[in-house]
Amino acid sequence: MQQESAAVVPRLKEPGEGLALALTATLKRDLVLMLRRRGEVLNPLVFFALVITLFPIGISPDPELLALIAPGLLWVAALLAALLSLDSLFRSDFDDGSLEQLLLAPQPLAALTLAKVAVHWLLTGLPLALMAPVLGIMLALPAGSYLVLAVSLALGSATLSLIGAIGAALTVGLSRGGVLLSLLVLPLYIPVLIFGAGAVQAAIAGDSVSAHLAILGALLAAALMLAPWAIAASLRISING
Amino acid sequence: MWAFINKLRSPKWFYAISARLQPWFWALAAILIVTGTVWGLAFAPADYQQGNSFRIIYVHVPAAFLAQSIFVSMAVAGFVFMVWKIKVADMAATVMAPLGAAMTFVSLFSGAVWGVPTWGTWWMWDARLTSMLILLFLYLGVIALRGAFSSRDSGSRAASVLAMVGVINIPIIKYSVEWWYTLHQPATFTVTGRAAMPTEMWVPLLIMVLGFYSFFIALTLMRTRNEILRRESNKRWVRELAQET
Repeated sequence: MQQESAAVVPRLKEPGEGLALALTATLKRDLVLMLRRRGEVLNPLVFFALVITLFPIGISPDPELLALIAPGLLWVAALLAALLSLDSLFRSDFDDGSLEQLLLAPQPLAALTLAKVAVHWLLTGLPLALMAPVLGIMLALPAGSYLVLAVSLALGSATLSLIGAIGAALTVGLSRGGVLLSLLVLPLYIPVLIFGAGAVQAAIAGDSVSAHLAILGALLAAALMLAPWAIAASLRISING
Repeated sequence: MWAFINKLRSPKWFYAISARLQPWFWALAAILIVTGTVWGLAFAPADYQQGNSFRIIYVHVPAAFLAQSIFVSMAVAGFVFMVWKIKVADMAATVMAPLGAAMTFVSLFSGAVWGVPTWGTWWMWDARLTSMLILLFLYLGVIALRGAFSSRDSGSRAASVLAMVGVINIPIIKYSVEWWYTLHQPATFTVTGRAAMPTEMWVPLLIMVLGFYSFFIALTLMRTRNEILRRESNKRWVRELAQET
């Protein structure tokens, strides 16, 4: 490992070169770090399950009523769970100074942040999407909509991670950024929520879901294109300030 | 052109020029708002369906116009600040945010009051109401983010980035909310009928809209001048100014 990284360093110092290398290195590093802090990975999932448990208790255990509101409940709960995990996206890197190293790297910061966001999605958005059908069963979600639920959540949570990373980058330098982060990010989440929950409702009604999924894909494409620049600019503000 | 932009960079120059512009905009705003109010409230004919309650339009629509325009101008000012480092632009963006939030609230509140006689309820999850509510949250986010930083410069730049991100998202939010609304609820009350308003109704409305815009410009000029004095208070020209008065 030591020798390998020593051989890699000269190539990484060239600006423009070694971008793929730097990307894979960031991906690998973040994955390893996150997998060593399993609690942080599991927290959003536990939160998701807990919130979903609260709704039947608070509203009514009647399966018919639950089936009616299940798409929205699952989406809102998953969105909040994703929001909960955002604060840790840059926090530990900011605290130990490795975020500054990321800023100093000759490779474009926007690309490197994209790798970090990708890891965040892999360990938050994707597990949430895979877990949602199980909770859907508990909420008596009508059959035939489970696949759409998982696919829409997987697609949508990638957009949520990208937009949320902007807010996380803006608030990472603040000591109490948590509440502020939700104020900044939740209004921007609304389009994803509308089309994500809409896809599941369309699947239940027996309509075609391709339009909803296409719009979710379009939102993801736009976020992929624009969000990295905003994340990079926000990180620079947070570090210099 | 560059000379002009360089002049704009100087808060002192802006302070001088805005002193000359400001009274004109105040006068214009006062004349237009008074004319529009009197005309709209006393002389415009009552609506054949809504009666006199429709007159809320003369506050509601200009406020809603301003609420959206101020967010866009705030984002433009933020962009100018980020790209050309023009401090005055950031000062303007700082003072615009609370006014924009206030206008959003006014339009929401007047909409709610108007909703009672027309829809029979204070609040409806109507597409316009919902997107205005989201706009209010966006404003609050920008204001809160600016205040959260201990360094003013970081706060300014963070608020600029957020305003630009928000302005890209506003159309997306607006259209998705409209789409959501048409999917969920059949339109019970279409406002498109308003476009066919008789002339004696929309002329005062136009006057009110222009009056509100002049008011916005005048107030922004005034508050930006205050902000300049506050932020440049250690500069020599500000101290000399303070000694003169």
